[in-house]
Order: sequence, then C-alpha cells, then structure tokens
Amino acid sequence: MSMKVQTRQVDGVTILDLSGRITLGEGSVTIRDAVRDVLAKGSNKILLNLADVNYIDSSGIGELVSAFTTVKNAGGELKLLNLTKKVHDLLQITKLYTVFDVKDDEASAISSFTK
Amino acid sequence: MADSTTSRVSFTLDSSLDSVNKVELTAEQAAQRAGFDEDTATHVAMAVREAAVNAVLHGNAYSPNKHITASFETTSDALVIRVADQGPGLDPDSIPDPLAPENILRGSGRGIFLIKAFMDEVHFRQLHPGTELTLIKHRKPAQPGN
Repeated sequence: MSMKVQTRQVDGVTILDLSGRITLGEGSVTIRDAVRDVLAKGSNKILLNLADVNYIDSSGIGELVSAFTTVKNAGGELKLLNLTKKVHDLLQITKLYTVFDVKDDEASAISSFTK
Repeated sequence: MADSTTSRVSFTLDSSLDSVNKVELTAEQAAQRAGFDEDTATHVAMAVREAAVNAVLHGNAYSPNKHITASFETTSDALVIRVADQGPGLDPDSIPDPLAPENILRGSGRGIFLIKAFMDEVHFRQLHPGTELTLIKHRKPAQPGN
C-alpha cells in the first residue's frame, strides 16, 4: 500500500520514479517531501514518472497540483510522464489533464524542458 | 422483487486511515460481488474511499472519541453504501466547484466531486451530529431468462 520514490538525473532534469499509491497520509507526504528535497538541492526541472502509480485519490491529486504550483512558483517546471489509464482518466475528469504537461516518452519529455 | 435486499453488512470503525482503507476494500469487494465490471468496481471503491476520508478527516477530525459507520447493501437493483460520521455536519452546497477556473489549482476540494462523478446517486443527510452520505450504483437489469 505504501509509496516509494527513486530519484535520478538526466540532462539536468530530475526524474522521480514513483510507485504505489498516492493517497491521503503516507503517499501524499512522500511526494511532497520528495519534491521539496529536489528544490532544496537546487534543481527545479522535475519529471514525475507515474508509470508504476496505479492509484491516486483526491488527496493525491491535490498533492500533484501543489507540487506543480510549488515548482512553478520556484521558477521551475514540473511535468508528468507515463500515466496509467486510471490516473489519466482521473486527471481528465478533474480537468487537470490540460493543466499538467503530460508526456508519454521519457527522451522527448527530457528535451521538452526549457534549456 | 424490486429492491429486495440480497445482502447487507455494516461496520462501526474508529476515525483512522486504517478504517478508510477497510471501507474502500469492502466497497470494492461488494461491487465485484454485485457483478460490476473491474473499472466500475474501482470507481465505486474510489467514491467510497472519498466518503470515508471526508468522514474521518473533515467530519470526525481523527477524534478518538468519534466513530464512522459504513453499511453495504446489495439489492436486486443497486449497490447502496452509506458512510456516516459524528462531525459538525456538512453543507454540500457550500463546496466550491473544483472545475471552476479559480479553483482548478486548489490543493483540495475534489472529494465530493469525484463521488458524484463515479456514483449514480449521492444523497446527504444531517444526523445531528454528523453527516450520512448514501452512495448508490444501479445494477444493470437482468437479461430475460436469467
């Protein structure tokens, strides 16, 4: 049930590989802490890889939105990669699909960040 | 035979995230037993999870002195799930529209919206104290001869 985050760097972009559930409690706190940690280390180009996230509740959606606005307010960019169908559908229902920059391919996602 | 109850189970649980997870899992199992497909069962479970989160977090505020109740009733026509808290009450009309442009980037406020999106009927009842949500998902009519 818990969520895990692995961090890696590719061409100046920090990729957070998330797996598990982003829900009220542990999952939401984990993603919040991970994004804050990346910003604190001086990187503000963040790609959230959600390939292994098969469940998000409204709190998790709220955390994604908060992460997006936090990074944007820090002058950076936060994008989403590899949405599962369930997450894709949720972002469409909530009209957030058009707010987030959503990518399906890691290489093109990396190159889409402002140089 | 319309509306005849075929099964009913209810729980009284403490105001914790464990309770939310239990209610969610029970809802998914109830939806599967009621014959809903995988996507629908997932949506029912998500809606019920949101109702349970509201009850535990916004209703009871995690109070150890307050409980939530959840009941799951399967009839020939529908799956009917009720989730109640002992909080100060909720006015559903006071909840801002999360799709409005001024609210789209808010970090919260999408729970009730998702419940309504995933269920066929949603009803609110004030309990003095507390709020009860009734979530209904209609079953498809049985085929002739079944």
